[in-house]
Amino acid sequence: MRVPIYLDNNSTTPLDPRVLEAMMPYLTEKFGNAASRSHSFGWETEEAVEKARASIAKLIGANPKEVVFTSGATESINIALKGAAEMYAEKGNHIITAETEHKATLDSAKYLEKHGCTVTYLPVDKFGAVSAAQVKAAMTDKTILVSLMHANNEVGTIHPIEEIGKVTREAGVLLHVDAAQTTGKIPIDVEKMGIDILSISAHKMYGPKGVGGLYVRRSNPRVRLSPVVHGGGHERGFRSGTLNVPGIVGFGAAAEICLNDMATEIVRVQSLRDRLKEGLFAQLDEIFLNGDPIKRLPNNLNISFAFVEGEAMMMGLKDVAVSSGSACTSASLEPSYVLKAMGIGEELAHTSIRFGVGRFTTQEEIDFVIEKVVGVVKKLRDMSPLYEMAKEGIDLKSVQWTTH
Amino acid sequence: MAYGPKVIDHFNNPRNVGSFEKGDQSVGTGIVGAPECGDVMKLQLKINAQNIVEDAKFKTFGCGSAIASSSLATEWVKGKTVDEALQIKNTDIVNELSLPPVKIHCSVLAEDAIKAAIEDYKKKQQGSAQE
Repeated sequence: MRVPIYLDNNSTTPLDPRVLEAMMPYLTEKFGNAASRSHSFGWETEEAVEKARASIAKLIGANPKEVVFTSGATESINIALKGAAEMYAEKGNHIITAETEHKATLDSAKYLEKHGCTVTYLPVDKFGAVSAAQVKAAMTDKTILVSLMHANNEVGTIHPIEEIGKVTREAGVLLHVDAAQTTGKIPIDVEKMGIDILSISAHKMYGPKGVGGLYVRRSNPRVRLSPVVHGGGHERGFRSGTLNVPGIVGFGAAAEICLNDMATEIVRVQSLRDRLKEGLFAQLDEIFLNGDPIKRLPNNLNISFAFVEGEAMMMGLKDVAVSSGSACTSASLEPSYVLKAMGIGEELAHTSIRFGVGRFTTQEEIDFVIEKVVGVVKKLRDMSPLYEMAKEGIDLKSVQWTTH
Repeated sequence: MAYGPKVIDHFNNPRNVGSFEKGDQSVGTGIVGAPECGDVMKLQLKINAQNIVEDAKFKTFGCGSAIASSSLATEWVKGKTVDEALQIKNTDIVNELSLPPVKIHCSVLAEDAIKAAIEDYKKKQQGSAQE
């Protein structure tokens, strides 16, 4: 077993060696511009791009013509929100999203608010989900787009997209889903789920960084989006720019592997995640699961370890790569806005740790992580004045703190 | 956060972790910070009749630099007179630990904890003198 152990697979995933193998020829001898129609260099790369497009379409139940390549999920989300707002400006200017969305969505929405749109940020329940009823209630005759994530990147909670899709379909409003965390991990069927636009990231599904996808429905309804990047009219005008052929080939190979292995991977990854969860809960008191206990990503575990600050915890866990919702790990010095929206107190948000199990995680690694985490939590609690006070029976909420 | 070697050393081998009996008349206790801010420091100083800090203990909830700042503070106050201990400035802690700008508040908290502990000690002394 090699250290450090990578357990931050909701952040990014390692490139699968099979994906690299598929990419290599396109990083070396097969360098043609996929838009070059006049020679074989262009033909062979165009063929490879179309093969990848078909693999990604198959993974989400779409037609290959509905898949557009971008630089990643952030760009896809930008095109979805800004492109729809501009294209459908005559129809309306209202967008519905949620407080716990990724910054790519929230910041695009804030940008649109400065340019004439009104945005509803739906609050979430204690598990971090919005309901179809909430979406329905927020709709006005000016609503053009609902944008929600399939699963939350921090706490793993899965939104009821199929139910929400029924609501948006009935109202004639477009549904954009940020599927950065779920594509290739859990089943997605754009038809069954009523999705009109879908954003995908390759690097979260064992593909390369710098490439992503945007599904744009072509019929019932035919979705049109104004481009954000202008240029040579590549990707049917949705996204100009010479195609990142090696990245796209890797993305396609990653999609094929995910589709082939999904059923067994879900079971394997979830059992490792559950082993980690059960191991920690069996040995530590005063720890709390964040997010939905059932409707969550199979690989995600987010726990608040009361009385132990998240950054100190990660410093103690130097052989394990995880992430935290603690303020000390963010540039803003504010703890996680996702946990805050879920109604989790800041004192617990500071103690949260996100574990993301992946394709290459082993049981041996999980057992090592359990032992390490238990040891570090016990050590830090021994030096935590809050743990001491709680054990003395002092209600920490009744203490007059000197806030700074 | 990439920390300097001194923060890492204090974090891995914190000095003087623990608690004194709160009721002890020779012990001043300072608790500063708040759980919702992500750091709480408890610093206790055992002060003798000559106004010298004989011993110090801390417990801290907070990030690595908060733990290191309080650990360092306990080392520095030991053997000092109360007046000398009050001269310790947060900037001294920043320099010693090479804290990055976003962690300066940790050093401020440590300075505040020293002051709060001494204030608590003085109150106790006044209280017992009146009895």
